[in-house]
This record gives sequence, C-alpha cells and structure tokens, in this order.
Amino acid sequence: MSLQFIVDGLLTGSMIGLGAIGVTLTYSILRFSNFAHGDFMAWGTYATLAVVSAIGATFGKVAPIAPLSFGWPLIVALVIGMAFTALLALLLDKVLFSRLRSQGQAIIVVMASFGASMALRSLLEFIFTSRPTYFSRAIQIAMPVGFGIRITPDQIALLLLTAILVLGVHLLMTRTQTGRSMQALSQNAALARVVGIDVAKVVRVTWIVGGALACVAGVMIGILVQIRPFMGFDMLLPMFAAAILGGIGSIPGAVLGGLIIGLAEAGAVQLIGAEWRAAVSFIILMAVLFVRPIGLFGVRER
Amino acid sequence: MSETVLDVRNLEAGYEPGVPIVRGASITVSKGEIVVVLGPNGAGKSSFIKAIAGLVPITGGTVFLDGKDITAAPAHTMVRLGLAFVPQTENIFPLMSVEDNLKVACGILERREIPARIEEMYAAFPDLVRQRRTAAGNLSGGQRQMLAVARALIVHPKVLVLDEPSAGLSPKFVSMVFEMLAGIRRSGVTILLVEQNAKAALAIGDRAYVLVEGKDRHEGIASELWNDPVVAELYLGQRPLKAEKTSHAGNGGAA
Repeated sequence: MSLQFIVDGLLTGSMIGLGAIGVTLTYSILRFSNFAHGDFMAWGTYATLAVVSAIGATFGKVAPIAPLSFGWPLIVALVIGMAFTALLALLLDKVLFSRLRSQGQAIIVVMASFGASMALRSLLEFIFTSRPTYFSRAIQIAMPVGFGIRITPDQIALLLLTAILVLGVHLLMTRTQTGRSMQALSQNAALARVVGIDVAKVVRVTWIVGGALACVAGVMIGILVQIRPFMGFDMLLPMFAAAILGGIGSIPGAVLGGLIIGLAEAGAVQLIGAEWRAAVSFIILMAVLFVRPIGLFGVRER
Repeated sequence: MSETVLDVRNLEAGYEPGVPIVRGASITVSKGEIVVVLGPNGAGKSSFIKAIAGLVPITGGTVFLDGKDITAAPAHTMVRLGLAFVPQTENIFPLMSVEDNLKVACGILERREIPARIEEMYAAFPDLVRQRRTAAGNLSGGQRQMLAVARALIVHPKVLVLDEPSAGLSPKFVSMVFEMLAGIRRSGVTILLVEQNAKAALAIGDRAYVLVEGKDRHEGIASELWNDPVVAELYLGQRPLKAEKTSHAGNGGAA
C-alpha cells in the first residue's frame, strides 16, 4: 500500500483536531456538547472568503506567495475571519446559550445548539447558495518527499500552522493565569468563584479560542478541499469522536484524537474503500473506550 | 474586643425563595479573633457561612466587612474585598498541581509579588513543598486542607472563613488542622469557622455562637461554652455531645 495516506491523514487529522479543541473546551468548561461548532467552521470560512473577495475587489489581483497557492489577502482575511467567528460564538452565547445555561439543564442547551446549527447553516445556504466554492482554483504540483509520499507546499504550510496553533493553545492553558482559570472552572465551578475567578470572563475566552480555531480548521478545509455550507456539519462526528477519544477537556488529547481518526480514515479509504471511512474511526473510538473509558488523556471525574 | 472586621446582621438566606435556611442570624468578628459557630446538624451553619461568602442567595439582612457593605457582592469578588473562604469539601482543584492550585488563586496579586508569596506559603506549610508538582487530588486529607487554607491565605485576607475544616478527617488530622489554625491566628489573621467538632473548635476559639434553626441563639467565651448548660440544651437538643465525635466523620455537609 502507498504511504500517501499518512499525509492525507495528518491533514484531515489537523482539521479535525483544531475543531475538536473547541468542542472539548466547550464541553469541559460550559458542560454541554455544542453541535453548532461545525457551523462556526463554515461561517468562519465564508467570512474569510468574503474578506478575500473584498480585498481582491479593492487591490486587484494579488500574486500568491512563492510556492503557495494563496497570497497575503488570505492570511489577512483569515485573521479577520478568526475574529469574526470568535464574535459569532460570543454573540450566540449571549443571546442563546447563556440564558439557557442559567436554567441548569444541559440537555436544553444541547438541543438549542442543534437548532442554532441548523439555523446558521440555512442562513449560509441562503446567502451564499449551496454550490461549492474555492479559495483558489490553481492546481498545485505535489512534491515527492520519498517513500512514495507526495506533498504540496500548501499542505506543508497548513501542517506547520496547526502545530503552531496547538502549541500556542497548550501554552495558554498551562502557563497563563487565564489558562489556569479555565482548568479551574472545568474542575470545580463553585470553587473557581471562591478563589476569585470571574466565570463570565473565562467563558468568553473559551468561546474566543474555540471560535477562532474553528475558523482556521474551516479555512484549511476550504484550501485543501472545498467550501460548502455543510462543510462544518460534516466534521461534527469526527470532531466529537476526536474529543472523546483524546479524553474530554484535554487539548493534546483532542489533537491526538483528531490525528488518529484522520489517519484511520485515510488508511481505511486505501485498504477497504471510501464508504467505510466513517465506520473505521468509530470502531477505533469504541475500541479505545472499551479499554480506557475516559479517553487517552482523560481524567476520571470524581 | 477592638475593631470589628466582620459584622453580620439579621442574615436571612436560602437556595429557594420563601424557604429560608438562615433565619435572622447575627454575629460579629473582631480583628485577630477566632470566632466559632457551632450548632446541631441541620442548624444552617454551612448555609450561613456560604451566604457570607456569596455562595447562597441572601434574602435579608446585611454583611459588613471592615465597615463596607458586601451583602450583594458576587462570590468571585470576595477575595478582592478581603474575605477568603475555604469550603468544607472539594476545596482544591484535584487535577492541578499543588503549585497551580496556589497560583490560580493569585489573580488579585501583583504579578511580581506572586513567586515570593508562593514561597511564603511553602515556608508556612512545609508539607506542601515536597508535593509542589503533585496533582492536588493525590494529597492526603490533611494535606488537602493545608493546601486549601494556604490558597485562601495567599491573598492576604482580612478574614479567613472556614466551613468545617475537620470534616471527613481522621482524628490525627483533626488535631493537626486545628493546630494549624491556632498558628495562623498567632500570625495575626482573623478567623471565622463553622464546626461540628465543638470540643476541638472551642479549644482554639476566642468566642463562639450557637446557631439553632438558622438563628444565633447563644454567644459566649469559647472556653466557657464547653461547660455552659444552655449550650448543652441548645446544641445537644437531640443527642449527647460525646456522640458527636464518633458520628460526625461520615455525615458530610448536611448542616
């Protein structure tokens, strides 16, 4: 078999992993499964696309940066898109989740996130139609790197970006007062207040981090695959699988879970056929949970 | 006594509207004192002290800290106002290291001050130094209480408020915890605590209140209350004081 699936798997895994960070943070800090997370991805991607188009309309055609398929407009647009997605997450929390959360029933919030997911997706279809679109139609030549593996410059850049973002979030969580506050809130909300942590502030940071990373994951899908209103929703199951596989609340776990699922899916496509793609990741998930019900990096709740 | 640090007047509090658990309780705590709140099981001691810390909704009365009305202050602002609370159980973050448990409480300190302050806490609680990288959930019961108290003290509170610091501890650790509290008072910290373990608490306390059915029913010098017949009647109503020590270990936070 060709080893090409490693590159494909790592890329898919990066997208899943970046999305799963948001899922795992929301779950451990706000205590609910946010089914609208995939739609944050799609909205972030379309926002980025809109900014790219606006820049194109203002500055004319901008040449791509050397070997990559995109130029500075996409990088600027991504930063704006991340901010936009973070704001969208904050807004949705303010008008919807925070009100339901105060009533104390997690299932109501979960259902509301389902509704929000559908509404957000339909709105995207309404504004941008459901026709797939692309950041660039340029074809990139994949470079051989040995062992029969080929990789494009875009793919290398996105893998590096993922590594930098994951490291950044990990340092935020473990080395800063904000990160410690997030950990504290996920472990014991009442005690977090007692030690002086402003819960509302930590919740805002959670949405900002989750929203911004969802946007990056979406834009990665947009660059490597295509842009569709359903692009985020289709990632929902793999993202949840990755978060659970890695252990809820664990950032490195979410990313590792994403990579495992990405690699398993890519391997399965080669070995047994594309229609088994989703099944394979869930078989791995179930197998791991049988042996270790709390996930790879999870910690037992007391 | 001198300056009043904490002044609680006619406090009424409860989780649900119309169902008060604390029904008009008043106490004062003066600077440098250890004040003990005693009471039979279900007297509302725990709710009383949690209401002061902002964790149980207050429906009536007022709480003054250093002359400032803190009745409506949200729980997370209490450390900034000068009140540090140590909950009865689950009072540490189990998955965080001992050091991170201390650091996470330092939000109101100047950034430059934090490392020195943490070293001061290690000096005061040497048992914690060896465990600084250990997940707090792996500490023994006594060490957990130490960590919880150290974390409360790290922000220089005007008053340290503890909910049953001896709950769930073996007798060896109970005496250790009370010795620790006596030591903290000697260093000048004002302490208010709620306790089931009346004997141990009265041994280190200056004054004590007896709370019955959510009201303060009796007040006195701690050392005299142990033999006070009124206390025996109020506090022991249903069962003899001697049974307290053996029965309290397993009864958790019902009060």
